[in-house]
Amino acid sequence: MILRLAIHAASAAVAFGLLAFAPAAHAADSVDPVADANAFKKFFTDKFPKVTLKDFVNGPYSMSEDLHRQWEEKEEFPPYEFALEAGKEMFAKPFKNGKSYADCFPNKGIGIRQNYPYFDEKEGKVITLELALNRCREANGEAPFSYVKDEMAALTAYMAYTSRGKPMDIKIPNDPRALEAYQKGKEYFYTRRGQLNFSCATCHVQSPGERIRAEVLAPALGILNAMPIYRSEWSGMGTTSRRFTTCNSQIRGVPLNPQDDEYRNLEYYLSYVSNGLPISGPGARP
Amino acid sequence: MNITDREFSATRRLVLKGAGVAALIGLGVLPLDVPQALAAANDKYPEEAFKQKNEADAIKALYGGRTAEPSDQVKMDAPEIAENGAVVPVSAITTLTGVTSISFLVSENPVALVASYRIPDGTLPSVSNRIKMAKTSNLTVIVEAGGKLYSATKEVKVTVGGCGG
Amino acid sequence: MASTIRVRATSNGETTEVQVLIQHPMDTGYVKDAKGEIIPPHYIQQLTFEHGGKAVFIADWGSGVSKDPYVKFAFKNGKKGDDLKIAWIDNKGATDATTAKIQ
Ligand code: HEC
Repeated sequence: MILRLAIHAASAAVAFGLLAFAPAAHAADSVDPVADANAFKKFFTDKFPKVTLKDFVNGPYSMSEDLHRQWEEKEEFPPYEFALEAGKEMFAKPFKNGKSYADCFPNKGIGIRQNYPYFDEKEGKVITLELALNRCREANGEAPFSYVKDEMAALTAYMAYTSRGKPMDIKIPNDPRALEAYQKGKEYFYTRRGQLNFSCATCHVQSPGERIRAEVLAPALGILNAMPIYRSEWSGMGTTSRRFTTCNSQIRGVPLNPQDDEYRNLEYYLSYVSNGLPISGPGARP
Repeated sequence: MNITDREFSATRRLVLKGAGVAALIGLGVLPLDVPQALAAANDKYPEEAFKQKNEADAIKALYGGRTAEPSDQVKMDAPEIAENGAVVPVSAITTLTGVTSISFLVSENPVALVASYRIPDGTLPSVSNRIKMAKTSNLTVIVEAGGKLYSATKEVKVTVGGCGG
Repeated sequence: MASTIRVRATSNGETTEVQVLIQHPMDTGYVKDAKGEIIPPHYIQQLTFEHGGKAVFIADWGSGVSKDPYVKFAFKNGKKGDDLKIAWIDNKGATDATTAKIQ
């Protein structure tokens, strides 16, 4: 592990040495999500003129042809198929009280993934899909699921599947708290931390397409559109929560708990700046 | 039971060897249906070949003394750099006729033989599968056609191994 | 329990293309678990496909085949609506079987 990280840091140093600044990294006084989102897209489409906008959602596969072919081959019979089926069954199965997930969501939970996370004005906080699913369970007398894999991954896989192709559509209501949540998420994304002193942006904005140890880095644009993912490295499925916590550990940072406010805000920010790009989950990843 | 292994179909032998009678009872429904389907194949699992660490020994165990000659009629499709050694999509196809089997071997894996496919009459000599590669290594495809062996080899780079964590 | 075998078999009139994905750990016996203990080998050894009473494809596998294994092949003469029987057995003697209709 230590060796891995050492290599990690060394290759990162090379990769980042020459790189210029990321888009509007530290937006100052005014918070302008619309301008942010436009600048964000422009940054990536300028940097990767050959990648079509909707292909960014394919993460590392959008960055390399050799990888892209391996992905197409896997998509012929994708490894997330079992989770998807399990999720569909779980979603349809009523709780002990006779209610079901469908009762907790708009449009019975079908084709709505692109609207998550959303800002709840009553609560004054960001609500992610994973959080909404566990709240639904608890409201119906069921124990919550672990946020990182298994059942949660299966359920979100199915819900994402029913939204495939729909453009991400995150709203920021006219509520100062919503804007603040967005801004906090953005700050989290650009703040350096951990022993390696990396921010999320160091890897996913400045260096997408670069290899870090063996892995090709995904671009931050559309980075959540394929969630949840089956990762060969994990030999299984993982949720957005799992990805956030594992990325924090990679830089020897201390991961937060899944669904802590910081992560919810971060998901809000990353999803908002990817508005318009299609939902492609569940995804398969190296 | 004083019947030797050899007189059993491969399937039954495997069932008995692997889990004993308990498994047969535990799995209840299976003994009638599954072994029949498998026995119809009337072919034995090449257990010895899958025990060999080394590629040459595996080929010997699988095909007897025959050696494979490189042929450009054996085509393989494999990535230059595997995205992850745990899942490497590879396929093989050949223009040779009279093909009876296609096998995949990885020289640096702990067990060299990965998979061997039997191709009966009427089945096309083409197969795709996903395999593990422990590290950067040669991948060899061996096609058996008209009783002779033909091969193609390609190096695949692996940066994340398929056998460790 | 749901079947461990997912099949797609499609005929174009002349040949039938078959793809399967099987849920199986395919443990090599070389990997340790979180506690540092070796996970014993557990992998499918043989997978057979039968059409019209005849084997059309037999896969002999070692532990070098990926987790949740996938294989694709094609054979002649299958027709839409025909049955394709698929069965596997692993090194511990566990088995599963299914019958799919060619589409
Ligand atoms: C040291 C570099 C590094 C840092 C810093 C980093 N990540 Fe990652 N991240 C990776 C690698 C490597 C992967 C796996 C390859 C890939 O998909 O990019 C990954 C994958 C991801 C993915 C999945 C992408 C996909 O398409 O599958 C998400 C989402 C993600 N990271 C979010 C974050 C967030 C949020 C942060 C900040 C908390 C962060 N990362 C910080 C290296 C990093």
